Amino acid sequence: MIAMDETDISFFKDGLRLDGRKADQLRPVKIEVGVLARADGSCYIEMGGNKVIAAVYGPREVHPRHLQEVTRAIVRYRYNMASFSVEERKRPGPDRRSNELSKVSREALEPVILTSFFPRSVIDVFVEVLQADAGTRTAGINAAAVALADAGIPMKSMISSCAAGKVADTIILDPMKEEDNFGQADLPIAMTPTGEITLMQMDGGLSPDEFHQAVELAMKGARDIYELQRAALVKKYSQMTEPGREEVHACD
Amino acid sequence: MDRKVVVPGDLLSEEAKRSGEGTYVLNGSVYSLLYGLANFRDKINVIPLSGKYIPGTGDNVIGVVKDITFSNWIVDINSPYDGLLHISEFPKRINSEDMSKHLRIGSSIMARVKDVDPTMKVELTLNDRKLGHIKAGRVIEISPTRVPRLIGKGGSMISMLKKELNCSIFVGQNGRIWIHGGAEDTDLALKTITLIEKEAHTNGLTDRVVAYLKKEKGARS
Repeated sequence: MIAMDETDISFFKDGLRLDGRKADQLRPVKIEVGVLARADGSCYIEMGGNKVIAAVYGPREVHPRHLQEVTRAIVRYRYNMASFSVEERKRPGPDRRSNELSKVSREALEPVILTSFFPRSVIDVFVEVLQADAGTRTAGINAAAVALADAGIPMKSMISSCAAGKVADTIILDPMKEEDNFGQADLPIAMTPTGEITLMQMDGGLSPDEFHQAVELAMKGARDIYELQRAALVKKYSQMTEPGREEVHACD
Repeated sequence: MDRKVVVPGDLLSEEAKRSGEGTYVLNGSVYSLLYGLANFRDKINVIPLSGKYIPGTGDNVIGVVKDITFSNWIVDINSPYDGLLHISEFPKRINSEDMSKHLRIGSSIMARVKDVDPTMKVELTLNDRKLGHIKAGRVIEISPTRVPRLIGKGGSMISMLKKELNCSIFVGQNGRIWIHGGAEDTDLALKTITLIEKEAHTNGLTDRVVAYLKKEKGARS
């Protein structure tokens, strides 16, 4: 991490951030449910410059067989960045970073999934990052949670995820690329709407006070995202019934 | 009827005893487990909008034989779990070496789930007059979550369809439906079932289906 005084980036202009946001403001979020016909559940999400698609398959038979658990379903989560998702071409395929993100993201979602309902099966979650702009793991988790709900998989609650960071000694919500690359800290969390945290990571340094402030801020962001996830799912239902109704009228 | 779209984790009631299907109880309150429609009656049930078929004892299913072992047919039942049809569950006594003469790989059967054990071993049976090998008619597939709507409350929808359409219909809980009847009747049955699947969560569906059938039949004559 590069210390502030070594860079000539100024993160604030007239109290606003580089993209015109306030310190405690999220980037614009767009969520679409059921975008893939072949998947059991799917979701496309845009969080600022991040564009992520998530697909859920299952519960289904486990292959290879030796991974199967007799009493519960296993959850597999694959986080993958497209080679064109970043400015410098990313070498395709899994690497150390995406393996780690797959693991922590799976562990962020697994506690709410009722795996005991589906012994000897697997729930596969695929998350593809099409365009990255800092905070892809949070976008991926948000999309995956919606896709799981869309697949009809029983869960104790939704999971929402958001990051907080520190730039120019200020705690900010949802850092974008410049703030992530040249800032002092990044703290992504994932949680249930009731505030049970299932993922927390930190990069950089925060004092105990700053840490608490950052967690509070990230939790507020996650709660806002939860409302958007909810709204997207409710909207899909109304779209499911509306066009059908018109068709019946057309029959009259 | 009071219905509402819910997502997993939504608080449905503060009375634990109202917990029905698709819900769970935590600290005396009822929450939703699923993304779907919550029905608020004495019990609160959440009906999912999608999901896989999970076999239950007593379910009627339509399966396709995908493998034959020494004494079992392994049957695909449109589920994460395969069905096992033991040779002794075939309506007549047959020898192990003759199994493929009666049901070959690719044969479709109407079967019943005899038992499901906790490891999800699914045992099927053909021992009932209305079960057996499918030799004629058509099988279509709908989402298993829409099957209850096709059957209707106390079988109201499906008995109306059988009467109006002049077809034999066998509904598998796994979302596969067998229709057998005249060519025109079968076509109409197919169209009607697709309509029901698409409009599964709307109110007054049975009445609209009756009107639809009347109109379609009127157009024919």
